[in-house]
Amino acid sequence: MIHSLFLINHAGDIFLEKHWKSVISRSVCDYFFEAKEKAVEPENVPPVLQTPHHYLISIYRDKLFFLSVVQTEVPPLFVIEFLHRVADTIQDYFGECSESLINDNVVTVYELLEEMLDNGFPLATESNVLKEMIRPPTILRSVVNTLTGSSNVGDKLPTGQLSSIPWRRAGVKYTNNEAYFDVIEEIDAIVDKSGMTVFAEIQGVIEASVRLTGMPDLSMTFMNPSLLDDVSFHPCVRFKRWESERALSFIPPDGNFTLMNYHVSSQNLVTIPVYVKQNICFFETGPCGRLDITIGPKQTMGKTVEALMVTIHMPKAVLSANLTATQGNYTYDLATKVLVWDIGKLNPQKLPNLRGSLSLQSGAPKPEDNPSLNIDLKIQQVAISGLKVSRLEMNGEKYKPFKGVKYLTKAGNFQVRT
Amino acid sequence: MDVGFSSLRSEAVGAMRMALVSAENLQLTLKPEPSQEEQALTNSKGSIKETHKAGNEDLKEMLESNKESLKLDAMKRVVGLISKGKNASELFPAVVKNVASKNIELKKLVYVYLVRYAEEQQDLALLSISTFQRALKDPNQFIRGSALRVLSSIRVPIIVPIMMLAIKEAAADLSPYVRKTSAHAIQKLYSLDPDQKEQLIEVIEKLLKDKSTLVAGSVVMAFEEVCPDRIDLIHKNYRKLCNLLVDVEEWGQVVIISMLTRYARTQFTSPWKEGAIFDENNDKAFYDSDSEEKKDTTEAKPYIMDPDHRLLLRNTKPLLQSRNTAVVMCVAQLYWHLAPTQEVNIVTKSLVRLLRSHREVQYIVLQNIATMSIQRKGMFEPYMKSFYVRSTDATHIKTLKLEILTNLANEANISTILREFQTYVKSQDKAFAAATIQAIGRCATNITDVTDTCLSGLVLLLSNRDETVVAESVVVIKKLLQTQPTQHSEIIKHMAKLFDNITVSMARASILWLMGEYCDRVPKIAPDVLRKMAKTFTAEEDIVKLQTVNLAAKLYLTNSKQTKLLTQYILNLGKYDQSYDIRDRTRFIRQLIVPNEKSGALNKYARRILLAPKPAPVLESSFKDRERFQLGTLSHSLNTKAAGYQELSDWPAVAPDQSVRNVEVIEPVQEWAPSVGKTKKSGKPKSADKFYSDDEEEKEEEGSESSKDSSSSSSSSEESGSESEEESSEESEKTSSDSGKSSSGSEKSSSESETEPKKKKKTKKAPQKKSKPPAAFSDSDENGNGPVAQASSSSAESSSGSETDSEDSDPPATPQKKKDVKSKPKAEVKSKVEVSLLDLVDFSPAPTNAPKSSVISSSLLSDLEGLSLSNISSTMQVTTPSFGPVKTYELLHHMTGKGLSAKYHFPRQPCLYEPSMVAVQVILTNSSDHSLEEIHIGERSPAGLNIHCFNTIERLEPEASVTVSMGIDFSDSTQAANFQLCTKEDQFSVSIQPAVGELLMPSSMTEQDYSKEQGKLLGMNETSATITMATANTSSQAISKQVLSVCNVGEVPSSQKSVHRFAGRTVSSGALVLVCLELKESSTALLTINTEKSVMASMLLRDLKQPLVQA
Repeated sequence: MIHSLFLINHAGDIFLEKHWKSVISRSVCDYFFEAKEKAVEPENVPPVLQTPHHYLISIYRDKLFFLSVVQTEVPPLFVIEFLHRVADTIQDYFGECSESLINDNVVTVYELLEEMLDNGFPLATESNVLKEMIRPPTILRSVVNTLTGSSNVGDKLPTGQLSSIPWRRAGVKYTNNEAYFDVIEEIDAIVDKSGMTVFAEIQGVIEASVRLTGMPDLSMTFMNPSLLDDVSFHPCVRFKRWESERALSFIPPDGNFTLMNYHVSSQNLVTIPVYVKQNICFFETGPCGRLDITIGPKQTMGKTVEALMVTIHMPKAVLSANLTATQGNYTYDLATKVLVWDIGKLNPQKLPNLRGSLSLQSGAPKPEDNPSLNIDLKIQQVAISGLKVSRLEMNGEKYKPFKGVKYLTKAGNFQVRT
Repeated sequence: MDVGFSSLRSEAVGAMRMALVSAENLQLTLKPEPSQEEQALTNSKGSIKETHKAGNEDLKEMLESNKESLKLDAMKRVVGLISKGKNASELFPAVVKNVASKNIELKKLVYVYLVRYAEEQQDLALLSISTFQRALKDPNQFIRGSALRVLSSIRVPIIVPIMMLAIKEAAADLSPYVRKTSAHAIQKLYSLDPDQKEQLIEVIEKLLKDKSTLVAGSVVMAFEEVCPDRIDLIHKNYRKLCNLLVDVEEWGQVVIISMLTRYARTQFTSPWKEGAIFDENNDKAFYDSDSEEKKDTTEAKPYIMDPDHRLLLRNTKPLLQSRNTAVVMCVAQLYWHLAPTQEVNIVTKSLVRLLRSHREVQYIVLQNIATMSIQRKGMFEPYMKSFYVRSTDATHIKTLKLEILTNLANEANISTILREFQTYVKSQDKAFAAATIQAIGRCATNITDVTDTCLSGLVLLLSNRDETVVAESVVVIKKLLQTQPTQHSEIIKHMAKLFDNITVSMARASILWLMGEYCDRVPKIAPDVLRKMAKTFTAEEDIVKLQTVNLAAKLYLTNSKQTKLLTQYILNLGKYDQSYDIRDRTRFIRQLIVPNEKSGALNKYARRILLAPKPAPVLESSFKDRERFQLGTLSHSLNTKAAGYQELSDWPAVAPDQSVRNVEVIEPVQEWAPSVGKTKKSGKPKSADKFYSDDEEEKEEEGSESSKDSSSSSSSSEESGSESEEESSEESEKTSSDSGKSSSGSEKSSSESETEPKKKKKTKKAPQKKSKPPAAFSDSDENGNGPVAQASSSSAESSSGSETDSEDSDPPATPQKKKDVKSKPKAEVKSKVEVSLLDLVDFSPAPTNAPKSSVISSSLLSDLEGLSLSNISSTMQVTTPSFGPVKTYELLHHMTGKGLSAKYHFPRQPCLYEPSMVAVQVILTNSSDHSLEEIHIGERSPAGLNIHCFNTIERLEPEASVTVSMGIDFSDSTQAANFQLCTKEDQFSVSIQPAVGELLMPSSMTEQDYSKEQGKLLGMNETSATITMATANTSSQAISKQVLSVCNVGEVPSSQKSVHRFAGRTVSSGALVLVCLELKESSTALLTINTEKSVMASMLLRDLKQPLVQA
């Protein structure tokens, strides 16, 4: 299936290569570089490319290209999903997925890649299994290792690998047993220039951080499960229990993991927490334009809107911006033409406003289209769809764990057209 | 070779020691020729190595030292070199002797090295073999497994026999991990030596029988690689694979599902023939397998789905909830290729969910949706908005979304889509804007209703500032005109005028072609264009020149008096052109049109040749031809056949013997045989049902055996399937007891909280069932059958069939009870339709949405006007009378407003600012010759009037217009809102008086809720009138159109054809307004309005009467 993997940085240098079958010359990447050249923006590089003898499937993440070479028919999503898992694993191990970190830990990365695929077919991709085989680097461990000569590589077969619950290892022990769940909802919306909602939906995810001794069997129920329209689960969730009772029943992996993703049914009206009054215009006469943006709270369920931020990708012709913000700071990046207005907390008494003039490149025609605004925001302690966890129970172990559920609402892909 | 090798094995330890002494020597003692190769290799890479020489020497020393830590450091550096793609092969001898190291990490790194370079240093690699052979016998399964893994990864042909032996042994190992490794090794050995195929197939056959979930994925992978055509190996394992599928690791699931898709296409008959009939019946609610099954049988259709086919569909369905996008896609393609047509829809939601994932995932999923949406629009139409483009999307994502939106366009939604396209056309991404224009063109040809609207919209685009946009518009307009060339000479003239400003050659060529083709419609302009072209001919691009020659020829034939000289001039220019294509064309044209003695017979036909009516081009999706590939494959993504692509075969006309899949012996599957036997007794229709319930039972058992995990979550969904069947054949005592057993088995695990109240209900309702243990009633059964218990049995089936859906809407079970009470007095007539509608809620688009579009469409014209950037000539707007104008009201005439004119309309969307306000959109236009500044809202009256103003408009250029939205709280009265519209200099008093229908918001409710609410609003609160309807208005579509055009209400699904119900709430106070129109004989109708706002009711009645009475 997957023949080789090349890691390529933003500048187009190959800084790591790994082959699971016989070696393929790195010149195969030239086809990719050609496509990259053509695409201008790295996001625009087609994920699947064909070369005379190989097929190149790539992902672009954290300013790095993960380029895999395959020789025969394979579902492209299979490869893409795997490449993302590689990136996830690297991030999980080293805290970030960047060229310098990979270079610093090249041996660990190599060992990981070796374990993740055998002959191009995924072998161990569960982070729990991998961590038993190859321990993630910590400062303490590296000191101990240099002193004692012991290694980061486990010599036993990870227990998860064999059991029917590969995501959990046996013999987990904690002194403080705790299980925390974050219900995070994101609002995806497109609002047109007159303020009408063209499209809005809520996507949610439940992130879990579970540190429990032994083999706990958890079950979580919701006050209003009918809100959940479409769901996808971590493999640990028993699907049949969900089907019959709308309850999440699972033996959790150890540590952090995503328990479930969900989509809130579209019949429920999506409450848009803020409204935006904007007026951006460019004038034919005189090289300038005006910008005036006000943001106000709409339906915030009694909570404060925090971390409010507006990002605008300006047309190429906009040279500079001379604006005043009644609250927060704004920056205009001349190279990327991105205007960022970082507002912070939204005060309903005094609505934040950003206004001023934009200067255009002299001679350039007035931009035809106004840029759209991307809104970022956070509302703590509330899930905007109204989803609520009603109970979390634990079976199979005797101790009493600490349990906690936190709610958070964020703006996902929230766009205001102007 | 073998001899040398076996001696090597015995002496391995000694050899290692020798290697320690000197690797060079060893090479010589082993074999001379590879060492030559080696030298050649070394020489060729000499220059590169030179630079690393010092470092590598250093490494060699470290590797040969006695200290573990030094060795480990060295190996880490070596692996670092490998990862950078640098050559470290010369260290091979020094590295390989560490293969037996005690240090695990060191050993692993040596493995990495070995696998990388063994191919280049074959005989040195042999030194390590004996170590692995010993490890293969190790008591630790992990060591056995990894030994086999590395051994099989060493690509040295000489060890093929050893590998073969090791694989065979490992395939019989007790540890599933080792067996899994052996399955992987099969593929490696096969690629090393394809001659081993026969022996390997034997191993595969053996491993396929393995019941461990760990092995299943890997062995199917090996099967796919080594012998994908040996379908016969699958037969006996088919059911086991289906049943294991849920517990297999995710990557294995992908492989197994794609293999089973291929398998199913060879073994089962097509479920699609009947599907087409179902589609027409529009029985979308009947997703569930079993009800569908019964439908087949009750209607005595010849097709009965093979139970194994059903098993596959049923067992893959839960995987749609996987977090792994590849698995979801794989299940989706399985349903697409295997499921009965009406069941395919269940994958839609999951596919749409994947669109939230990474960009690359989106790309692949969108490609597949594009292909699917060509064949089946209905699948994705409810999710149309998920395909709206965001400005931050990558270009290839944008174009794919556009493609899908175009595929989804139909009469009902075209206005919404076009409005969306209008935003895209203005995108800064010009490639995308051009693609949008193409898409508009496709919509225009596919949907004749909007052709004119699109065309005029495109014509407006011709004055766009951007060249690519203009060029693309010209090309698309050309195609559109070709489809209906009558009455469009205006547009052609307009394009001729623009001709001088267009520089893109494709666009110029298109205009020239249009001139030539329709020269009879523009007899005065065409020769003039030709004259201009004659001037610039030499400077034009080839494609333009060719069209110029064509134009000249056509004009010569139709209007030789004016153009003879011009044509000759152009032909002369063409004769000496640099391009031979043009010289060639000129020569041909000259012979064709200019009569002389040589030209002969062809000349007579010149006119018929050149001016033949040409068929209009068909604008088709570029994804049309991708259907030939299996969805989700690389080939589909690339639209070419990738190496190793396995075609999906067509369904066989007659199903091959299905008994081949029966497994006689061995525990869990054995129950199949008796179940088949039983069915024969009970006759055909029931056979399938029986078959299933047994199947479930057996699965249940197997599940509980395999892991404690799955037993505690035994499938209630599947159970309920069997349950519902039981329902249908209640008389059959035997069946019911059978499935009673199956469900009681699972009862332990099902929810304690919910069963209690339900049991009570059940016993009350159906006393005859008491004989059975209460445990036999599963939740879903209860839930689905609740309201319909007294209705016909067929409706009972249907409702239980869709149990999964209804469960969604069931949280506290109270609505269920309500329904229960209500449905009793209600006529039987409704029951069937009603229930399926209710259950459908989840899947189908809310029915209230449908009529909305007709309202939106009326405002389309104004939207498309927005396509123009600024001061587009008003003449063009006249050409599009096809849509009645929006109900736009004048707010301020430009004469009174000193150049400022304002219009407003009600967009009928919830107000952005405050829920109690009515949203109003105001279009301000500056029709004076100077710019207006600081347009804002001044004083208002009555004083307490709550208005949310728009932001002050700093400046409005002459001829420019701007749309702003405001919110006004009318407090549910039609009293006008008066306020002042101010500019920097002036103030104008204006007023907005809302029609009563605009003070409402649509409210969606079920029919039951409607009648309940209506019951509360009788007497004083009811206003009614009998009206005589215009005959044109009696269709339900026309009625809803008329009503919705008057007032902003939502349609309530109605089970009676003659009754139309609408519901809304007043915007400010939220009071319910119910409108009901009941058709009587001879086009009279009773119009009833129930609301506590009686003043509103009478006004609304008056407003509604008028359009309904008039034709």
